[in-house]
Amino acid sequence: MKTYTEINEKIASGKAVVLTAEEVIEYVDKKGVSAAAEEIDVVTTATFGPMCSSGCFLNFGHSIPKIRITEAWIDDVPAYAGIAAVDLFLGATQLRHNDPANMYYPGEFRFGGGHVIQKLVERRELQLFGLSYGTDEYPRREIRTMFTIDDLNQAVMVNPRNCYQNYNVATNTSDRPIYTYMGLLKPQMQNLTYSSAGQLSPLLNDPFYQTIGIGTAVWLAGAHGHVYAEGTQHASVVERTENGVPAEGAGTLALTADMKEMLPEFVRGVTLKGYGVSLALGVGVPIPVLNEQILLATTVRDDEIKAELIDYSYDYPMKSGKVISHLTYGQLKRGDVEIDGRKVEVSSMSSYPKALHIAELLKAEIRDGKFLLSEPLQSLPRNKKMKSMVVREGEGGEV
Amino acid sequence: MTTKKILMNFNKELAEKPIVYHLVKDYDLIINIFRARITAEEEGFMVLEVSGTDEHIEKGIDFIRQNGVTVNEAEKGLRWDKNLCTQCGNCLTHCPVDALYIVDPGSREIGFDSDKCVECLNCIPNCPYDALTSVF
Repeated sequence: MKTYTEINEKIASGKAVVLTAEEVIEYVDKKGVSAAAEEIDVVTTATFGPMCSSGCFLNFGHSIPKIRITEAWIDDVPAYAGIAAVDLFLGATQLRHNDPANMYYPGEFRFGGGHVIQKLVERRELQLFGLSYGTDEYPRREIRTMFTIDDLNQAVMVNPRNCYQNYNVATNTSDRPIYTYMGLLKPQMQNLTYSSAGQLSPLLNDPFYQTIGIGTAVWLAGAHGHVYAEGTQHASVVERTENGVPAEGAGTLALTADMKEMLPEFVRGVTLKGYGVSLALGVGVPIPVLNEQILLATTVRDDEIKAELIDYSYDYPMKSGKVISHLTYGQLKRGDVEIDGRKVEVSSMSSYPKALHIAELLKAEIRDGKFLLSEPLQSLPRNKKMKSMVVREGEGGEV
Repeated sequence: MTTKKILMNFNKELAEKPIVYHLVKDYDLIINIFRARITAEEEGFMVLEVSGTDEHIEKGIDFIRQNGVTVNEAEKGLRWDKNLCTQCGNCLTHCPVDALYIVDPGSREIGFDSDKCVECLNCIPNCPYDALTSVF
Protein backbone atom coordinates (compact mmCIF):
# COMPACT_ATOMS: atom_id res chain seq x y z
CA MET A 1 0.00 0.00 0.00
CA LYS A 2 1.30 3.42 -1.01
CA THR A 3 -0.15 6.89 -0.64
CA TYR A 4 -0.26 9.75 -3.13
CA THR A 5 2.14 11.69 -0.88
CA GLU A 6 4.68 8.86 -0.87
CA ILE A 7 4.49 8.46 -4.64
CA ASN A 8 4.84 12.21 -5.19
CA GLU A 9 7.88 12.29 -2.89
CA LYS A 10 9.49 9.58 -5.00
CA ILE A 11 8.63 11.47 -8.20
CA ALA A 12 10.05 14.72 -6.80
CA SER A 13 13.30 12.99 -5.88
CA GLY A 14 13.52 11.42 -9.34
CA LYS A 15 13.20 7.89 -7.99
CA ALA A 16 9.73 6.91 -9.12
CA VAL A 17 9.33 3.66 -11.03
CA VAL A 18 7.05 4.34 -13.97
CA LEU A 19 5.79 1.97 -16.66
CA THR A 20 3.36 2.44 -19.51
CA ALA A 21 0.11 0.49 -19.50
CA GLU A 22 1.59 -1.62 -22.28
CA GLU A 23 4.87 -2.41 -20.48
CA VAL A 24 3.14 -3.21 -17.21
CA ILE A 25 1.37 -6.23 -18.71
CA GLU A 26 4.53 -8.21 -19.28
CA TYR A 27 6.21 -6.89 -16.13
CA VAL A 28 3.45 -8.11 -13.84
CA ASP A 29 3.34 -11.41 -15.71
CA LYS A 30 7.01 -11.88 -14.95
CA LYS A 31 7.27 -10.53 -11.42
CA GLY A 32 3.88 -11.37 -10.00
CA VAL A 33 1.40 -8.80 -8.82
CA SER A 34 2.58 -8.36 -5.20
CA ALA A 35 6.25 -7.86 -6.02
CA ALA A 36 5.37 -5.57 -8.94
CA ALA A 37 2.99 -3.51 -6.79
CA GLU A 38 5.83 -2.89 -4.36
CA GLU A 39 8.14 -1.74 -7.12
CA ILE A 40 5.97 0.21 -9.52
CA ASP A 41 4.75 3.65 -8.50
CA VAL A 42 2.92 4.88 -11.55
CA VAL A 43 1.43 3.40 -14.72
CA THR A 44 0.89 5.81 -17.60
CA THR A 45 -2.16 5.47 -19.86
CA ALA A 46 -2.96 7.44 -22.99
CA THR A 47 -5.20 7.88 -25.97
CA PHE A 48 -5.30 9.90 -29.19
CA GLY A 49 -8.36 10.33 -31.36
CA PRO A 50 -11.24 12.56 -32.38
CA MET A 51 -13.03 13.98 -29.34
CA CYS A 52 -15.95 16.06 -30.56
CA SER A 53 -16.98 17.39 -27.18
CA SER A 54 -14.02 19.75 -26.96
CA GLY A 55 -13.57 23.49 -27.17
CA CYS A 56 -11.90 26.48 -25.65
CA PHE A 57 -12.51 29.73 -23.84
CA LEU A 58 -10.55 32.66 -25.23
CA ASN A 59 -10.09 36.11 -23.71
CA PHE A 60 -8.94 38.79 -26.13
CA GLY A 61 -8.39 41.77 -23.82
CA HIS A 62 -10.03 45.12 -24.54
CA SER A 63 -9.63 47.28 -27.61
CA ILE A 64 -9.86 51.10 -27.58
CA PRO A 65 -12.68 51.94 -27.64
CA LYS A 66 -14.09 48.83 -26.01
CA ILE A 67 -16.52 46.38 -27.58
CA ARG A 68 -18.90 43.94 -25.96
CA ILE A 69 -18.86 41.28 -28.67
CA THR A 70 -22.26 39.75 -29.37
CA GLU A 71 -21.41 37.79 -32.50
CA ALA A 72 -17.95 36.56 -33.43
CA TRP A 73 -16.07 34.58 -36.06
CA ILE A 74 -12.51 33.31 -35.90
CA ASP A 75 -11.19 32.59 -39.38
CA ASP A 76 -14.87 32.65 -40.38
CA VAL A 77 -15.80 29.98 -37.85
CA PRO A 78 -18.54 31.23 -35.48
CA ALA A 79 -17.60 31.40 -31.79
CA TYR A 80 -20.10 31.68 -28.95
CA ALA A 81 -20.22 35.22 -27.56
CA GLY A 82 -23.02 34.95 -25.02
CA ILE A 83 -20.61 35.50 -22.13
CA ALA A 84 -18.60 38.55 -21.03
CA ALA A 85 -17.43 41.33 -23.39
CA VAL A 86 -14.29 39.84 -24.92
CA ASP A 87 -14.65 36.20 -23.85
CA LEU A 88 -15.53 33.68 -26.52
CA PHE A 89 -16.10 29.94 -26.59
CA LEU A 90 -15.10 28.07 -29.69
CA GLY A 91 -16.34 24.51 -30.20
CA ALA A 92 -14.54 21.72 -32.06
CA THR A 93 -17.38 20.74 -34.39
CA GLN A 94 -18.40 24.26 -35.40
CA LEU A 95 -18.56 24.60 -39.18
CA ARG A 96 -17.13 27.53 -41.04
CA HIS A 97 -19.60 30.24 -42.03
CA ASN A 98 -21.11 29.37 -45.44
CA ASP A 99 -19.86 25.78 -45.39
CA PRO A 100 -22.41 23.99 -47.59
CA ALA A 101 -22.35 21.09 -45.12
CA ASN A 102 -24.19 18.12 -46.63
CA MET A 103 -26.06 20.24 -49.17
CA TYR A 104 -23.87 18.57 -51.79
CA TYR A 105 -23.79 15.16 -50.16
CA PRO A 106 -21.38 13.95 -48.92
CA GLY A 107 -19.97 17.28 -47.76
CA GLU A 108 -16.22 17.83 -47.58
CA PHE A 109 -15.95 19.80 -44.32
CA ARG A 110 -12.44 21.05 -44.95
CA PHE A 111 -12.19 23.56 -42.10
CA GLY A 112 -13.96 24.28 -38.84
CA GLY A 113 -13.64 24.74 -35.10
CA GLY A 114 -11.12 21.92 -34.64
CA HIS A 115 -8.87 23.40 -37.31
CA VAL A 116 -9.03 26.86 -35.69
CA ILE A 117 -8.02 25.28 -32.37
CA GLN A 118 -5.11 23.54 -34.11
CA LYS A 119 -3.99 26.85 -35.69
CA LEU A 120 -4.15 28.54 -32.28
CA VAL A 121 -1.89 25.91 -30.73
CA GLU A 122 0.44 26.14 -33.74
CA ARG A 123 0.78 29.84 -32.85
CA ARG A 124 -0.38 30.80 -36.31
CA GLU A 125 -2.15 34.06 -37.06
CA LEU A 126 -5.94 34.05 -37.12
CA GLN A 127 -8.58 36.66 -37.81
CA LEU A 128 -11.16 37.77 -35.27
CA PHE A 129 -14.28 39.43 -36.60
CA GLY A 130 -16.77 40.65 -34.01
CA LEU A 131 -20.01 42.59 -34.03
CA SER A 132 -21.94 44.35 -31.32
CA TYR A 133 -24.98 46.56 -30.87
CA GLY A 134 -22.91 49.11 -28.89
CA THR A 135 -23.54 50.24 -25.33
CA ASP A 136 -22.57 53.37 -23.38
CA GLU A 137 -19.48 51.76 -21.90
CA TYR A 138 -18.74 49.48 -24.90
CA PRO A 139 -19.36 51.83 -27.83
CA ARG A 140 -17.51 49.94 -30.57
CA ARG A 141 -19.81 48.04 -32.90
CA GLU A 142 -17.38 46.15 -35.03
CA ILE A 143 -13.88 44.72 -34.70
CA ARG A 144 -11.60 43.02 -37.17
CA THR A 145 -8.08 42.12 -36.11
CA MET A 146 -5.40 39.53 -36.61
CA PHE A 147 -4.11 37.71 -33.54
CA THR A 148 -2.15 34.70 -32.31
CA ILE A 149 -2.57 32.73 -29.11
CA ASP A 150 0.20 34.85 -27.56
CA ASP A 151 -1.95 37.98 -27.91
CA LEU A 152 -4.68 36.43 -25.77
CA ASN A 153 -4.92 36.75 -22.00
CA GLN A 154 -6.23 33.21 -21.69
CA ALA A 155 -6.77 30.33 -24.07
CA VAL A 156 -8.11 27.51 -21.96
CA MET A 157 -9.30 24.24 -23.37
CA VAL A 158 -12.48 23.12 -21.61
CA ASN A 159 -13.74 19.82 -22.91
CA PRO A 160 -17.04 18.49 -21.63
CA ARG A 161 -16.36 14.92 -22.73
CA ASN A 162 -13.07 13.21 -23.53
CA CYS A 163 -11.59 9.76 -23.06
CA TYR A 164 -14.67 7.60 -23.48
CA GLN A 165 -13.94 4.54 -21.39
CA ASN A 166 -14.80 2.23 -24.27
CA TYR A 167 -16.46 2.73 -27.63
CA ASN A 168 -18.54 0.75 -30.03
CA VAL A 169 -17.33 -0.64 -33.33
CA ALA A 170 -19.12 0.70 -36.38
CA THR A 171 -20.32 -1.07 -39.49
CA ASN A 172 -22.95 -0.69 -42.19
CA THR A 173 -25.26 -3.50 -43.27
CA SER A 174 -27.22 -1.37 -45.76
CA ASP A 175 -26.77 -1.36 -49.52
CA ARG A 176 -25.17 2.08 -49.80
CA PRO A 177 -22.04 3.63 -48.32
CA ILE A 178 -22.65 5.75 -45.25
CA TYR A 179 -20.52 8.65 -44.02
CA THR A 180 -20.19 8.79 -40.25
CA TYR A 181 -17.96 10.14 -37.50
CA MET A 182 -16.50 6.63 -37.53
CA GLY A 183 -15.43 7.22 -41.13
CA LEU A 184 -16.78 5.84 -44.38
CA LEU A 185 -18.61 2.59 -43.82
CA LYS A 186 -18.89 0.57 -46.99
CA PRO A 187 -22.11 -1.23 -47.92
CA GLN A 188 -22.94 -4.76 -46.82
CA MET A 189 -20.53 -4.79 -43.94
CA GLN A 190 -17.34 -4.61 -45.96
CA ASN A 191 -15.49 -2.78 -43.20
CA LEU A 192 -15.55 -2.01 -39.47
CA THR A 193 -14.04 0.93 -37.64
CA TYR A 194 -13.24 1.23 -33.95
CA SER A 195 -12.02 4.11 -31.83
CA SER A 196 -10.12 3.27 -28.66
CA ALA A 197 -6.54 2.85 -27.55
CA GLY A 198 -7.66 -0.43 -25.94
CA GLN A 199 -5.16 -1.64 -23.36
CA LEU A 200 -3.52 1.82 -23.20
CA SER A 201 -6.74 3.78 -22.78
CA PRO A 202 -7.02 5.65 -19.44
CA LEU A 203 -10.40 4.53 -18.10
CA LEU A 204 -10.00 0.94 -19.32
CA ASN A 205 -7.04 0.74 -16.94
CA ASP A 206 -9.07 2.03 -14.01
CA PRO A 207 -12.47 0.51 -14.74
CA PHE A 208 -14.12 1.49 -11.43
CA TYR A 209 -12.58 5.00 -11.20
CA GLN A 210 -10.50 4.23 -8.12
CA THR A 211 -7.75 6.72 -8.97
CA ILE A 212 -9.10 8.82 -11.83
CA GLY A 213 -11.55 11.35 -10.42
CA ILE A 214 -12.34 15.03 -10.34
CA GLY A 215 -9.06 16.86 -9.69
CA THR A 216 -6.81 14.20 -11.21
CA ALA A 217 -3.78 15.74 -12.94
CA VAL A 218 -3.72 14.81 -16.61
CA TRP A 219 -1.49 15.43 -19.61
CA LEU A 220 -3.67 17.15 -22.18
CA ALA A 221 -1.84 17.58 -25.49
CA GLY A 222 1.40 18.30 -23.65
CA ALA A 223 -0.07 20.75 -21.13
CA HIS A 224 -0.57 19.86 -17.49
CA GLY A 225 -4.31 19.92 -16.92
CA HIS A 226 -7.01 18.37 -14.80
CA VAL A 227 -10.19 16.41 -14.78
CA TYR A 228 -12.65 19.16 -13.81
CA ALA A 229 -15.85 17.13 -13.73
CA GLU A 230 -17.38 13.84 -14.78
CA GLY A 231 -17.62 13.96 -18.55
CA THR A 232 -21.01 14.42 -20.16
CA GLN A 233 -22.85 11.13 -20.74
CA HIS A 234 -20.71 9.50 -18.01
CA ALA A 235 -22.51 6.23 -17.32
CA SER A 236 -20.93 3.77 -14.95
CA VAL A 237 -23.77 1.25 -14.73
CA VAL A 238 -23.12 -0.61 -17.95
CA GLU A 239 -22.46 -4.12 -19.19
CA ARG A 240 -19.05 -5.20 -17.91
CA THR A 241 -16.93 -8.27 -18.49
CA GLU A 242 -15.67 -10.46 -15.62
CA ASN A 243 -12.69 -8.19 -14.99
CA GLY A 244 -15.01 -5.21 -14.58
CA VAL A 245 -14.09 -3.64 -17.90
CA PRO A 246 -17.07 -2.03 -19.62
CA ALA A 247 -18.14 -3.59 -22.91
CA GLU A 248 -19.75 -0.33 -24.03
CA GLY A 249 -19.21 3.47 -23.78
CA ALA A 250 -19.38 3.92 -19.95
CA GLY A 251 -17.30 6.53 -18.11
CA THR A 252 -16.06 9.83 -19.55
CA LEU A 253 -13.87 12.71 -18.38
CA ALA A 254 -14.26 16.47 -18.61
CA LEU A 255 -10.78 17.90 -19.09
CA THR A 256 -9.18 21.30 -19.00
CA ALA A 257 -5.67 22.71 -19.58
CA ASP A 258 -3.88 25.83 -20.75
CA MET A 259 -3.67 25.83 -24.54
CA LYS A 260 -0.58 28.02 -24.47
CA GLU A 261 1.36 25.03 -23.15
CA MET A 262 0.05 22.52 -25.67
CA LEU A 263 2.02 20.78 -28.42
CA PRO A 264 0.54 21.08 -31.94
CA GLU A 265 1.31 17.46 -32.70
CA PHE A 266 -1.45 16.43 -30.28
CA VAL A 267 -4.11 18.99 -31.24
CA ARG A 268 -5.36 18.22 -34.71
CA GLY A 269 -8.33 19.46 -36.69
CA VAL A 270 -10.36 16.59 -38.10
CA THR A 271 -12.25 16.43 -41.39
CA LEU A 272 -14.82 13.69 -41.74
CA LYS A 273 -16.43 13.52 -45.14
CA GLY A 274 -20.20 13.61 -45.01
CA TYR A 275 -20.14 14.10 -41.24
CA GLY A 276 -18.40 17.32 -40.29
CA VAL A 277 -15.35 18.62 -38.47
CA SER A 278 -13.91 17.72 -35.11
CA LEU A 279 -10.76 17.84 -33.04
CA ALA A 280 -8.37 15.00 -32.29
CA LEU A 281 -6.56 15.23 -28.99
CA GLY A 282 -3.86 13.38 -27.18
CA VAL A 283 -4.48 12.65 -23.51
CA GLY A 284 -2.28 10.95 -20.95
CA VAL A 285 -3.45 9.95 -17.49
CA PRO A 286 -1.13 8.60 -14.79
CA ILE A 287 -2.43 5.88 -12.51
CA PRO A 288 -0.79 5.68 -9.08
CA VAL A 289 -0.15 2.13 -7.94
CA LEU A 290 -1.71 2.52 -4.50
CA ASN A 291 -2.35 -1.20 -4.10
CA GLU A 292 -2.27 -4.54 -5.89
CA GLN A 293 -5.82 -4.29 -7.09
CA ILE A 294 -5.15 -1.01 -8.86
CA LEU A 295 -2.04 -2.46 -10.47
CA LEU A 296 -3.88 -5.57 -11.59
CA ALA A 297 -6.47 -3.43 -13.36
CA THR A 298 -3.71 -1.74 -15.38
CA THR A 299 -2.58 -5.10 -16.76
CA VAL A 300 -5.74 -5.41 -18.83
CA ARG A 301 -4.89 -6.48 -22.38
CA ASP A 302 -6.52 -6.00 -25.74
CA ASP A 303 -7.73 -9.60 -25.82
CA GLU A 304 -9.72 -9.00 -22.62
CA ILE A 305 -11.46 -5.81 -23.71
CA LYS A 306 -14.67 -6.26 -25.62
CA ALA A 307 -16.55 -3.75 -27.74
CA GLU A 308 -19.99 -3.90 -29.30
CA LEU A 309 -20.36 -4.06 -33.07
CA ILE A 310 -23.17 -1.73 -34.07
CA ASP A 311 -24.90 -1.17 -37.41
CA TYR A 312 -24.66 2.56 -38.11
CA SER A 313 -27.09 2.37 -41.02
CA TYR A 314 -30.05 1.58 -38.76
CA ASP A 315 -29.43 0.47 -35.19
CA TYR A 316 -27.23 3.41 -34.22
CA PRO A 317 -29.46 6.23 -35.51
CA MET A 318 -32.62 4.46 -34.35
CA LYS A 319 -31.13 3.50 -30.97
CA SER A 320 -32.53 0.00 -31.36
CA GLY A 321 -30.06 -1.47 -28.88
CA LYS A 322 -29.15 -4.26 -31.28
CA VAL A 323 -25.58 -5.49 -31.05
CA ILE A 324 -24.34 -7.58 -34.00
CA SER A 325 -21.57 -9.17 -31.96
CA HIS A 326 -18.87 -8.51 -29.40
CA LEU A 327 -15.27 -8.17 -30.56
CA THR A 328 -12.09 -7.77 -28.55
CA TYR A 329 -9.46 -5.16 -29.39
CA GLY A 330 -7.08 -8.06 -29.82
CA GLN A 331 -9.27 -9.32 -32.67
CA LEU A 332 -9.81 -5.85 -34.12
CA LYS A 333 -6.12 -4.99 -34.18
CA ARG A 334 -5.37 -8.01 -36.35
CA GLY A 335 -6.80 -6.02 -39.26
CA ASP A 336 -9.67 -8.29 -40.16
CA VAL A 337 -12.30 -10.27 -38.30
CA GLU A 338 -14.61 -13.06 -39.29
CA ILE A 339 -18.31 -12.34 -39.04
CA ASP A 340 -20.87 -14.88 -40.23
CA GLY A 341 -18.11 -16.81 -41.93
CA ARG A 342 -16.92 -13.82 -43.90
CA LYS A 343 -13.70 -11.83 -43.57
CA VAL A 344 -14.33 -8.16 -42.79
CA GLU A 345 -11.58 -5.53 -42.85
CA VAL A 346 -11.01 -3.39 -39.77
CA SER A 347 -9.51 0.05 -39.33
CA SER A 348 -9.18 2.49 -36.46
CA MET A 349 -10.07 6.13 -35.86
CA SER A 350 -7.83 6.18 -32.80
CA SER A 351 -4.05 6.24 -33.16
CA TYR A 352 -2.27 3.59 -31.13
CA PRO A 353 1.24 4.83 -32.08
CA LYS A 354 0.37 8.33 -30.88
CA ALA A 355 -1.16 6.96 -27.68
CA LEU A 356 1.99 4.94 -27.08
CA HIS A 357 4.12 8.02 -27.70
CA ILE A 358 2.05 10.01 -25.18
CA ALA A 359 2.35 7.25 -22.57
CA GLU A 360 6.13 7.39 -23.06
CA LEU A 361 6.28 11.20 -22.87
CA LEU A 362 4.23 11.22 -19.67
CA LYS A 363 6.40 8.45 -18.25
CA ALA A 364 9.52 10.51 -18.96
CA GLU A 365 8.02 13.61 -17.33
CA ILE A 366 7.08 11.68 -14.20
CA ARG A 367 10.49 9.99 -14.03
CA ASP A 368 12.17 13.36 -14.37
CA GLY A 369 10.12 14.75 -11.50
CA LYS A 370 8.27 17.19 -13.76
CA PHE A 371 4.77 15.81 -13.38
CA LEU A 372 3.24 15.23 -9.96
CA LEU A 373 0.08 13.27 -9.30
CA SER A 374 -2.96 14.70 -7.60
CA GLU A 375 -5.42 12.88 -5.42
CA PRO A 376 -8.99 13.26 -6.67
CA LEU A 377 -11.05 15.83 -4.81
CA GLN A 378 -14.13 13.83 -5.61
CA SER A 379 -14.79 10.44 -7.18
CA LEU A 380 -16.50 9.98 -10.50
CA PRO A 381 -20.03 8.62 -10.08
CA ARG A 382 -20.15 4.82 -9.86
CA ASN A 383 -23.90 4.35 -9.97
CA LYS A 384 -24.98 6.41 -12.90
CA LYS A 385 -27.02 5.34 -15.93
CA MET A 386 -27.37 7.20 -19.17
CA LYS A 387 -30.73 8.80 -19.88
CA SER A 388 -32.32 9.03 -23.27
CA MET A 389 -34.13 12.09 -24.49
CA VAL A 390 -37.87 11.75 -24.09
CA VAL A 391 -39.51 13.86 -26.75
CA ARG A 392 -42.72 15.30 -25.31
CA GLU A 393 -45.29 17.87 -26.31
CA GLY A 394 -45.60 21.25 -24.63
CA GLU A 395 -48.81 22.36 -22.93
CA GLY A 396 -50.17 23.88 -26.08
CA GLY A 397 -49.74 20.57 -27.85
CA GLU A 398 -47.00 21.77 -30.16
CA VAL A 399 -43.61 20.17 -30.25
CA MET B 1 12.35 -6.23 -68.23
CA THR B 2 12.24 -3.24 -65.96
CA THR B 3 9.14 -1.41 -64.78
CA LYS B 4 9.24 2.19 -63.70
CA LYS B 5 6.49 4.47 -62.46
CA ILE B 6 6.77 8.09 -63.50
CA LEU B 7 4.88 11.33 -63.08
CA MET B 8 4.77 13.56 -66.16
CA ASN B 9 3.89 17.21 -66.13
CA PHE B 10 2.90 18.91 -69.42
CA ASN B 11 2.55 22.61 -69.92
CA LYS B 12 -0.46 23.86 -71.86
CA GLU B 13 1.27 23.93 -75.24
CA LEU B 14 2.26 20.29 -75.03
CA ALA B 15 -1.19 18.96 -74.27
CA GLU B 16 -1.87 18.04 -77.87
CA LYS B 17 1.27 15.99 -78.51
CA PRO B 18 0.77 12.20 -78.65
CA ILE B 19 3.65 11.41 -76.30
CA VAL B 20 2.38 8.01 -75.19
CA TYR B 21 1.97 6.86 -78.79
CA HIS B 22 5.65 7.46 -79.43
CA LEU B 23 6.67 5.65 -76.28
CA VAL B 24 4.90 2.54 -77.54
CA LYS B 25 5.72 2.84 -81.21
CA ASP B 26 9.27 4.18 -81.22
CA TYR B 27 10.64 2.84 -77.94
CA ASP B 28 8.80 -0.47 -77.65
CA LEU B 29 7.57 0.29 -74.15
CA ILE B 30 4.57 -1.25 -72.44
CA ILE B 31 2.49 1.55 -70.96
CA ASN B 32 0.08 1.33 -68.06
CA ILE B 33 -1.59 4.66 -67.39
CA PHE B 34 -2.76 5.02 -63.82
CA ARG B 35 -4.19 8.45 -64.06
CA ALA B 36 -4.13 11.40 -66.45
CA ARG B 37 -5.56 14.86 -66.65
CA ILE B 38 -4.74 16.69 -69.81
CA THR B 39 -7.02 19.47 -70.96
CA ALA B 40 -6.46 22.27 -73.42
CA GLU B 41 -6.71 25.01 -70.83
CA GLU B 42 -4.61 23.72 -67.96
CA GLU B 43 -1.24 22.16 -67.45
CA GLY B 44 -1.46 18.40 -67.77
CA PHE B 45 -0.44 15.52 -65.56
CA MET B 46 -0.06 11.84 -66.21
CA VAL B 47 1.06 9.01 -63.95
CA LEU B 48 2.07 5.89 -65.80
CA GLU B 49 4.12 2.79 -65.54
CA VAL B 50 6.56 2.00 -68.33
CA SER B 51 7.95 -1.48 -68.85
CA GLY B 52 10.74 -2.47 -71.20
CA THR B 53 14.49 -2.86 -71.35
CA ASP B 54 16.56 -0.41 -69.29
CA GLU B 55 17.90 1.10 -72.50
CA HIS B 56 14.46 1.65 -74.01
CA ILE B 57 13.13 3.15 -70.80
CA GLU B 58 16.06 5.54 -70.58
CA LYS B 59 15.70 6.60 -74.21
CA GLY B 60 11.93 6.91 -73.91
CA ILE B 61 12.24 9.16 -70.87
CA ASP B 62 14.88 11.23 -72.68
CA PHE B 63 12.45 11.59 -75.61
CA ILE B 64 9.70 12.83 -73.29
CA ARG B 65 12.06 15.34 -71.70
CA GLN B 66 13.28 16.56 -75.10
CA ASN B 67 9.66 17.38 -75.88
CA GLY B 68 9.50 19.72 -72.93
CA VAL B 69 7.62 17.43 -70.58
CA THR B 70 8.83 17.38 -66.99
CA VAL B 71 9.43 13.82 -65.86
CA ASN B 72 9.53 13.07 -62.19
CA GLU B 73 10.78 9.61 -61.37
CA ALA B 74 11.08 10.17 -57.64
CA GLU B 75 7.65 11.54 -56.99
CA LYS B 76 4.27 10.08 -57.79
CA GLY B 77 0.86 11.69 -58.16
CA LEU B 78 -0.15 10.83 -54.61
CA ARG B 79 1.64 12.27 -51.61
CA TRP B 80 1.63 10.95 -48.08
CA ASP B 81 2.84 13.50 -45.56
CA LYS B 82 4.32 11.58 -42.68
CA ASN B 83 4.23 14.63 -40.43
CA LEU B 84 0.52 15.16 -40.94
CA CYS B 85 -0.29 11.46 -40.54
CA THR B 86 -1.49 10.65 -37.02
CA GLN B 87 -1.05 6.92 -37.61
CA CYS B 88 -4.70 6.16 -36.89
CA GLY B 89 -4.97 3.73 -39.78
CA ASN B 90 -8.41 4.76 -40.99
CA CYS B 91 -7.01 4.72 -44.55
CA LEU B 92 -6.04 1.06 -44.43
CA THR B 93 -9.38 -0.44 -45.44
CA HIS B 94 -9.70 2.08 -48.25
CA CYS B 95 -6.42 1.17 -49.94
CA PRO B 96 -7.10 -1.75 -52.31
CA VAL B 97 -3.42 -2.58 -52.91
CA ASP B 98 -1.95 -2.24 -49.39
CA ALA B 99 0.24 0.69 -50.44
CA LEU B 100 -0.78 2.10 -47.06
CA TYR B 101 0.12 -0.57 -44.56
CA ILE B 102 1.08 -1.32 -40.96
CA VAL B 103 4.86 -1.34 -40.72
CA ASP B 104 5.00 -3.05 -37.37
CA PRO B 105 2.04 -4.89 -35.82
CA GLY B 106 3.25 -4.10 -32.31
CA SER B 107 3.49 -0.34 -32.60
CA ARG B 108 0.87 -0.20 -35.41
CA GLU B 109 2.84 2.46 -37.26
CA ILE B 110 1.61 3.29 -40.75
CA GLY B 111 3.81 3.33 -43.84
CA PHE B 112 3.25 4.23 -47.48
CA ASP B 113 4.77 2.31 -50.40
CA SER B 114 4.43 4.59 -53.40
CA ASP B 115 5.51 1.83 -55.79
CA LYS B 116 2.45 -0.18 -54.89
CA CYS B 117 0.10 2.79 -55.12
CA VAL B 118 -2.24 2.67 -58.15
CA GLU B 119 -3.49 6.21 -57.50
CA CYS B 120 -7.14 5.26 -57.07
CA LEU B 121 -7.27 8.23 -54.64
CA ASN B 122 -9.66 6.39 -52.30
CA CYS B 123 -7.47 7.27 -49.35
CA ILE B 124 -7.69 11.04 -49.80
CA PRO B 125 -11.26 11.62 -48.58
CA ASN B 126 -10.74 8.96 -45.93
CA CYS B 127 -7.88 10.73 -44.18
CA PRO B 128 -9.30 12.98 -41.44
CA TYR B 129 -5.97 14.85 -41.21
CA ASP B 130 -5.25 15.79 -44.84
CA ALA B 131 -2.10 13.69 -44.82
CA LEU B 132 -2.84 12.33 -48.30
CA THR B 133 -3.03 14.67 -51.25
CA SER B 134 -2.94 14.42 -55.00
CA VAL B 135 -0.45 16.41 -57.07
CA PHE B 136 -3.26 16.93 -59.59
